[in-house]
Amino acid sequence: MAIHQIDPGLVPFQILDPDGNLVGEMPALSPERLLYFYRTMRLARAFSDRIIAMQRQGRATTFGSLTGQEAATVGLAAPLQPQDWLATSYREIASLIVKGVPLSTLVYSFRGYTPPNWPAETRCLPYQIVIGTQIPHAVGLAMAAKIAGDPVVAVGVCGDGATSEGDFNEALNFAGVFRAPVVIIVQNNGWAISVPRHRQSAAPTLAARGIGFGVPSALVDGNDILAVYETVRQAVERARAGDGPTLIELLTYRIGSHTTADDASRYRDPAEVEAWRAKDPIARLQKFLRRRDLLSEEQDEEIGASVLAEIDAAVREAEAMPPMAPDSFFDYVSATLPPRLQAQRAELLRFVSPSPAQPQSGERH
Amino acid sequence: MAVRPMTMIEALNNALALELERDERVVLLGQDIGLNGGVFRVTDQLQRRFGERRVFDTPLAESAIIGTSIGMAVYGLRPIAEIQFAGFLFLCMSQLVTQAARIRFRSAGAFSCPLVVRSPYGGGVRTPELHSDSLEGVFLQTPGLKVVIPSNPYDAKGLLAAAVADPDPVLFLENIKLYRSFRQETPEEYYTVPLGKAKTVQAGEDVSVFAYGAMVPVALEAARQAQQELGISVEVIDLRTVWPLDEEAIVASVEKTGRAVVVHEAPRAGGIGAEVTAIINERCLYSLLKPVARVTGYDTPYPVPGVEDYYLPTPAKVLAALRQVMEP
Repeated sequence: MAIHQIDPGLVPFQILDPDGNLVGEMPALSPERLLYFYRTMRLARAFSDRIIAMQRQGRATTFGSLTGQEAATVGLAAPLQPQDWLATSYREIASLIVKGVPLSTLVYSFRGYTPPNWPAETRCLPYQIVIGTQIPHAVGLAMAAKIAGDPVVAVGVCGDGATSEGDFNEALNFAGVFRAPVVIIVQNNGWAISVPRHRQSAAPTLAARGIGFGVPSALVDGNDILAVYETVRQAVERARAGDGPTLIELLTYRIGSHTTADDASRYRDPAEVEAWRAKDPIARLQKFLRRRDLLSEEQDEEIGASVLAEIDAAVREAEAMPPMAPDSFFDYVSATLPPRLQAQRAELLRFVSPSPAQPQSGERH
Repeated sequence: MAVRPMTMIEALNNALALELERDERVVLLGQDIGLNGGVFRVTDQLQRRFGERRVFDTPLAESAIIGTSIGMAVYGLRPIAEIQFAGFLFLCMSQLVTQAARIRFRSAGAFSCPLVVRSPYGGGVRTPELHSDSLEGVFLQTPGLKVVIPSNPYDAKGLLAAAVADPDPVLFLENIKLYRSFRQETPEEYYTVPLGKAKTVQAGEDVSVFAYGAMVPVALEAARQAQQELGISVEVIDLRTVWPLDEEAIVASVEKTGRAVVVHEAPRAGGIGAEVTAIINERCLYSLLKPVARVTGYDTPYPVPGVEDYYLPTPAKVLAALRQVMEP
């Protein structure tokens, strides 16, 4: 049991050690499910690499690397049901993929456009840019589910830096007071841009924050997808059963720079990065699967090729989508456009013509 | 319709009770709004009537009150959050401005935030620091958020109902001085007063005075004195929704009178008065016979109770502005 009512302790919960050895109780997961985890982790890494490459080519805007955090982000979303809500930051793109947000929608967003078809039915809020602000939203979604009497859970995810924000702490407090069916997950990747984890808090763990708010918590090896999956599964189950919130700290590492606009070599010891590469979450599951004969070398290669093909198709689709119309930022300011904004839109349209790529149906985004 | 004389407090309480009755999705949250009924008693008896599930106290944390309300609104509830004093809105600016007002925009309409944030504001009642500040001007650059300020019990009830029915977030500011200053015949039944529409409180020919909240009675008193002392006919317009402004009403009135005075408690710089003046400048400058005058709070912090009366606009200050714009 990873979740502790009082003190999560200092030893992270682990099921797979860095060499892929089973050191804990194996969760009930079919071989197909395990392969799905593995493939999605590889998809996330290849996706991250692709968007970064596109940014270098001028085909994408600023992007935050996902590399090294695939076990955390795939594992945390895997236990969720379709009716559960997910509020994340930009570092949890893989969680959104698991929850059903199409790759092409995400690619379109990284082209610098607002996707016109954000899939509300996945119950994923658009990934949050402002640090920590999504955690109160997750708690509010959970409070609403409880008020409505629905068997729905909300999950809010942020990074270690966000735990210093007021919103994170206020939200954790609300979660405890209202016994909200929420799971609050901290992806502690060691760095908030250039500021190391120890500069965020003097506490030995971030999971310990739960004690002060009366929220049960868990400290988990975030590069061990089985430990992440199992802990979040238990927390989601607890929440759905009416037993209230859980705080989970996932210990992981940001292998890449903060974003394409950042250069981590300016402030980070390469030896630290190398030490974490040795704990790579994908290699860990790969070793485990190989050893159990659940993944042949041939299959592994097929997976590598198929994720690239999937990304190729998504990029093609996203690049074939029309750009937003020049005046599209007047859409969705409010349900109806006030006369003042109608006039301003007309003012803009004296200087630009609507995009030729724009469909003539009058539909805009 | 059955009507009875209500204070603004009673009218708001009545409006909230009707919302809770009408729509199971409506929930009320805030500090001291439960058993205590709110520090001004706007939510008096509502928890007793509708239960703790729908009317509840929160921890003392403004940002989380708004942040969790956003989550509830996205989920499909209709939260009505109370921030105990408008001065405390600064503590939840991020959630209000960067989140509530933008979720429709950032999700291209996939999600919306039908949230009403009620908050008492306004001076003249000898409160401690940051309990009297008028913050509406701060929100002029918050696209997606409407700002509503009623000046009387009838409008307060109808505008609050319209705010709850609105599909987007509305900041509903209630003037503390007006809460109990007078009673007005107000229907018991549900009705709405449309957002975005100003109201001509008193028609006039010579000069337009634009005001809202507690400045409406101040403007009316100045108009009465101006009629007596200067023999001029003053048109008083209650803006009611201060953002976005009812530009047509402003322009129509100035085109008729050719003179304008704007009155508000909030500081002068970059505020509602500045925006009304700019609208007049852009749309009907050549109707103006004199420059627009602003009677406002000063560009200082809101003062301590011992000297706050000097800060606030008064009928005498408005009358002086009327004299100024009426000079030949």
